[in-house]
Amino acid sequence: MNIVVIIKQTPDTETVIRLAPDNKRIVTSDIKWIINPYDEFAIEAALRLKEKHGGTVTVISFGAQRVVEALRTALAMGADDAVLIDDPQMRDADFLRVTRALVAAAKEKNPDIIFIGSRTVDYDQGQRGAILAEMLGWPHFALAISMESDGKDITIERPIEGGKVTLKAPLPVLVTFGGSHAVWNPRYASLPGIMKAKKKPLAVKKLTDLGLDPADFSPDKARIRITSLELPPQRKAGKIIDGGLDTSGKARELVKLLREEARVI
Amino acid sequence: MAKNVCIITEYRNGDFRRVTHEVASEGRRIADALGTGLVAVALGSGISAKAPDLGKYGVDKVYVVDDPALEYYLAGVFVPVIAEVLKQLDPAAVLLPASVDGRDLGARLGARMNVTLLQDVIEVVVGDDGKIKAKWPMFSGKCFAWCEWADGVPPLLSIRPNIMQTQLLDESRKAEIEAASAPIPKPRASVLKYELDTSGKVELTEAEIIVSGGRGMKDAANYAMLEDLAGQLGAAVGASRAAVDSGWRPHSDQVGQTGKVVNPNLYIAVGISGAIQHLAGMGYSKYIVAVNKDADAPIFTKADYGIIEDLFTFVPALTEEVKKLKNS
Ligand SMILES: Cc1cc2nc3c(=O)[nH]c(=O)nc-3n(C[C@H](O)[C@H](O)[C@H](O)COP(=O)(O)OP(=O)(O)OC[C@H]3O[C@@H](n4cnc5c(N)ncnc54)[C@H](O)[C@@H]3O)c2cc1C
Repeated sequence: MNIVVIIKQTPDTETVIRLAPDNKRIVTSDIKWIINPYDEFAIEAALRLKEKHGGTVTVISFGAQRVVEALRTALAMGADDAVLIDDPQMRDADFLRVTRALVAAAKEKNPDIIFIGSRTVDYDQGQRGAILAEMLGWPHFALAISMESDGKDITIERPIEGGKVTLKAPLPVLVTFGGSHAVWNPRYASLPGIMKAKKKPLAVKKLTDLGLDPADFSPDKARIRITSLELPPQRKAGKIIDGGLDTSGKARELVKLLREEARVI
Repeated sequence: MAKNVCIITEYRNGDFRRVTHEVASEGRRIADALGTGLVAVALGSGISAKAPDLGKYGVDKVYVVDDPALEYYLAGVFVPVIAEVLKQLDPAAVLLPASVDGRDLGARLGARMNVTLLQDVIEVVVGDDGKIKAKWPMFSGKCFAWCEWADGVPPLLSIRPNIMQTQLLDESRKAEIEAASAPIPKPRASVLKYELDTSGKVELTEAEIIVSGGRGMKDAANYAMLEDLAGQLGAAVGASRAAVDSGWRPHSDQVGQTGKVVNPNLYIAVGISGAIQHLAGMGYSKYIVAVNKDADAPIFTKADYGIIEDLFTFVPALTEEVKKLKNS
């Protein structure tokens, strides 16, 4: 089975976000980068599938050379090979275009199944998986919290508001992973894993290597563009309810404030 | 005649979901700003009977595809049908709910129609030139971005639930109905099970009030205390990752960066320290209450009301007071 996992390198979840002077980007100079947590769930699911049915796991990502580190981490977790699409022409391309490049790279691996996180913790658009599937003409299952496959069919569970749906389809299928750490519990890279990862194949490709025309990726071709960024209004610390009151006195005061000041109960 | 604004509805269990009314109200506002009409595309099984009700929220006309094959959402069925109807309608902009299914549908629809969806929109403005701009939170709410579409590209946006005000225009206003024609394809995927929680539990992402417990709860059984309080308040119960990872609560209760993003009027954080990844999920709550015995817990820097107490004595006292209020 050829399993492809698409991952993205994102700022660490602790990162303090600062705006660049043009107000259209964030300052990235002092950021610690990680694999998007949801993509880690996808890697874990892929490795579990491989352990059961054999096959290869290819991880594909895009971005600058720093992304090599994310790919090496995925290889150290147990993936077999990696592809990085690093082309300066892609930097300001919009969602659809970046995804087109990922589709081209994925196709070269003749995938039976493609995995990706349901969201990224950076731009948080949660749509790459569905777009990939549409471009491939594949079915997709989003937000999987469980996955079973016998190599022919795949069954997943997906949470919906106030419930759960179980879906099944024959391969090929694209799956996006939701849930949380408690569900997927992605493995850490082991020391031997890290040593082995250094020797695993990692190809770096340009758009032209994928048979794509870089001119299509120029910023003026974008269908959608960011006009400005802003920081959210700072939440101010409110009041600590004390006033020398005892426990039930504080409870009474809180109820009163919620009722009369905030008017939320 | 200017092109209409269009919404895509979400229908479940015999009715439109509340978020559909929010999207309709926002759609009406945008249509008014553009001086045009508001139409809806509604897919479902047995949906025709309810469709005229959308008029109450400002929809002028509903294009309905009513078919038993549309009982449950499947991208492989809904996307081609809606894309076909939209092609005929050629709207100025399309809005849909950023619900679980809406996000899925919108992303795929955007790719199919080559327009690019903007997901999870929390604010929309219409410029004097009629250009639509929309805002969404990124980096887990640590930053907002405004964006606009290239000339000639009709904006497609999914609207975050529980953010937009519902505007009930007129109880008796009815939308006109027209059956839309689009072939319904046979999907490759099938729904094996569709399980809805019938316990009457309030869904986190739709809750007005959330009571959430963290590592400070110490054990699964202690959540009964929060359930009690939540019962009195008509609230949903949430949890931090620490509580979920400990196996005290199901992952579907997790609030935060790798859990649910919630927007209630009131969020009561009990025994939760306020890590940045937790704040990412509940920072939009209109009011935040923190109950924590550590006066230095970071959650107090975000809370509107803070209580420095042992939760095991404070929560029962609070439940008592809420009970008194409800009975008074
Ligand atoms: C990639 C990534 C993603 C993450 N995603 C999420 C996420 O989605 N959601 C999330 O919540 N976290 C997430 N985290 C984890 C986050 O960093 C914190 O570890 C977690 O939120 C801590 O949970 P907590 O506040 O319940 O526990 P703690 O930080 O341990 O806090 C417990 C609090 O309870 C208080 N307390 C203890 N006993 C009592 C008592 N008797 N009375 C009153 N107060 C008491 C303590 O003073 C303390 O402040 C993520 C982390 C990473 C790295």
